[in-house]
Amino acid sequence: MKHIHNFTISSNERQNEEFVVLTLNCEAGELPAMVPGQFAEVRVPNEPAAYLRRPLSIHDVDYQKRQIKLLVQEVGKGTRALCALPVGSIVNLVYPLGKGYSLPESKEVLLIGGGCGVAPLLFLGRYLKSHSIKPRFLIGTRTASSLVSIDAYRELGEVMITTEDGTAGTKGYVIHHPVMRTETPDFKQIYTCGPEPMMRILAKYANKYNISCQVSLENHMACGIGACLCCVTKTQDGHKCVCTEGPVFDSKYLQW
Amino acid sequence: MVDLSVKIGALQLKNPVMTASGTFGYGREYEDFIDINELGGIVVKGTTREAKQGNDYPRMAETAMGMLNAVGLQNVGVDSFIKDIYPGLTKYQTNVLVNVSGSTIEDYIETASKINELEAIPGIELNISCPNVKEGGMAFGVSCQSAEAVTLAVRKVYKKHLMVKLSPNVTDIVEIAKAVEGSGADSVSLINTLLGMAIDSHSRRAVLSTVTGGLSGPAVKPIALRMVWQVAKGVKIPVIGMGGISSAEDAIEFLLAGANAVQIGTANFVDPAVTIKVIEGIKRYLNLHKIESVGELVGALSVEK
Repeated sequence: MKHIHNFTISSNERQNEEFVVLTLNCEAGELPAMVPGQFAEVRVPNEPAAYLRRPLSIHDVDYQKRQIKLLVQEVGKGTRALCALPVGSIVNLVYPLGKGYSLPESKEVLLIGGGCGVAPLLFLGRYLKSHSIKPRFLIGTRTASSLVSIDAYRELGEVMITTEDGTAGTKGYVIHHPVMRTETPDFKQIYTCGPEPMMRILAKYANKYNISCQVSLENHMACGIGACLCCVTKTQDGHKCVCTEGPVFDSKYLQW
Repeated sequence: MVDLSVKIGALQLKNPVMTASGTFGYGREYEDFIDINELGGIVVKGTTREAKQGNDYPRMAETAMGMLNAVGLQNVGVDSFIKDIYPGLTKYQTNVLVNVSGSTIEDYIETASKINELEAIPGIELNISCPNVKEGGMAFGVSCQSAEAVTLAVRKVYKKHLMVKLSPNVTDIVEIAKAVEGSGADSVSLINTLLGMAIDSHSRRAVLSTVTGGLSGPAVKPIALRMVWQVAKGVKIPVIGMGGISSAEDAIEFLLAGANAVQIGTANFVDPAVTIKVIEGIKRYLNLHKIESVGELVGALSVEK
C-alpha cells in the first residue's frame, strides 16, 4: 500500500560538495514495509521552480525509530533546495513506490553503484544481510572527493572502490576493477544502480558470464504511480513504466 | 447542508470535480490515496482503435509551474480495454467516461461504437485535441470543418453523453465550440494542452523525443480560464473547464467563468489526493459565503464596472 506522509528532517549530513544524507522521521506513525530499490516521490518545499515531486531511492530504513534516509545529489534547483533544508523542516512523501530488488538464487552477490546509484545499495546490503547473505560492494565515482561516506557500507561487508582519476581505489570505471577482470567471476548475482552507460556494460558482462543482473533505472518521472506514462523504458513487452514495473528490472528484460 | 451536485446534460454528478484524461490512469492507480467514489466523475486514459506504444522516451519536461508531455496516447486499444480494464471500472459509483481518440474518422466511429455497448460507461470524451500524435488527434480539432465532421460521425453511432475536448491551439476556440455544438455534442471540455517545447541549453538538444509537446499545470491556468469564459458565453451546452486547477479556489474560478464542472489533471501528479481536497474546499467556500448550491456559482462572474 502506498502512502502520503509528512516527515520531519532530523538530520542533514553533508557528505561532500555534491551529496547530502537526509534523515526523516515519520510523523504519521509506523513506517510501511519497504523493499530495497523502492523509492519515494518527494515534494520540494518552498521552491516554486520545482513543481513536480522528485523521485529518490530509499537509502536506508530504521523501522524502530520510524526513520528513513535519503541520499540526495545536488543536480538542479529541486535537489539543491532539498539539500539546503534545515533540521526540523517538514517534507511530504508519496511512498513506497515501484518494484525493488528481489533476493538472489545464489548467495554470491556483488552490489555495484555508480555515483548517486549507491543510494539504494545500503538498504539492499542491510536487507541481504538480514537474509544471511553477505553483501560485497563495488563503488565507482569520478574522484575521491565525490565519494559518499562508506562507513555504513563497510559495516555490512567488503567495499571496493574505483575512481576515474585514480584518487581513490582502482583507477578507471567499475568494470576495470580486478574483481570484474577475472575470467572466473566469484559472484553469481549483480545488483546495480547508476548511470545507464555503466549499467549497460554490466548487463553485457552479466550475459557473457551467465550471471543474473538486476538494474535500477532512474528515468524522468511525473506521477511515480503509473498514471502519466512519462517514464517508460523499452522492454521485451514494449514500453513499460519505470515507476511501477521498475525501477528495478532484470537486465535481460530490457531492450538494451 | 450545501448542494454540490451538478448536471451535465444527462449526467448526474455528485459534485463538479472530475479527473482529466491521461492524468488519472484507469482510477485504480489512485485507490491507495482516495475513494474514487467521492468524485463527480473520472475520465480514463485516451483509448484508440488499436493498441499504441506511444512516443519514445523522454516524454516529459518540467517547466515553470507546469510540465510538457509527449506521451503520444500510449494505450492498450479498445478491445483490450473492454476485455481487461472495463470489468474493473464497473465497481465505481461515479461517472466513468472514456476518452476516445483516433487518426481517422473511421477509427473514432469504431472505438465509439464499441464503447457505446458498455453499460457502466455513461459517456465519452471525444479527443480531437491531442497535440502528441502525428496524424489526426489535434488535426481534427483545429478546423471547424473537421471538428464538425468527426463529431457528426460519432454522434450517429454513440447514443450516450458525448463530450468533445477542445484544443487551445487554435485562432478562435469559440468557433470550434459552436461547430461541435451544432454537430450534436452534449458538452465541451477545455482546454487540452498547449503546444510547447523545451531545449537543454548545455546539450543543445530538445528535451522531448518529439521536440514539441503539450504544456499543462498552473502555468496554463489564465489561458484556460479566458477560453472557458469565452466558450461559455458562446454555446448553450454545458462546459467542463480544466487547465492548471490545483485548489478549490482555482476550481471556483472556472465555475464563475461559466464552467458547469471542472477536471483536475496535472495536479494529481503533485498531490494524488488533490481532488478530494478540492471538493472539501468547495464545500467550505459555499458554507462561508452562505451559498446553497454550487450551481449558483456557474457563470456568476461579475464584469460590471
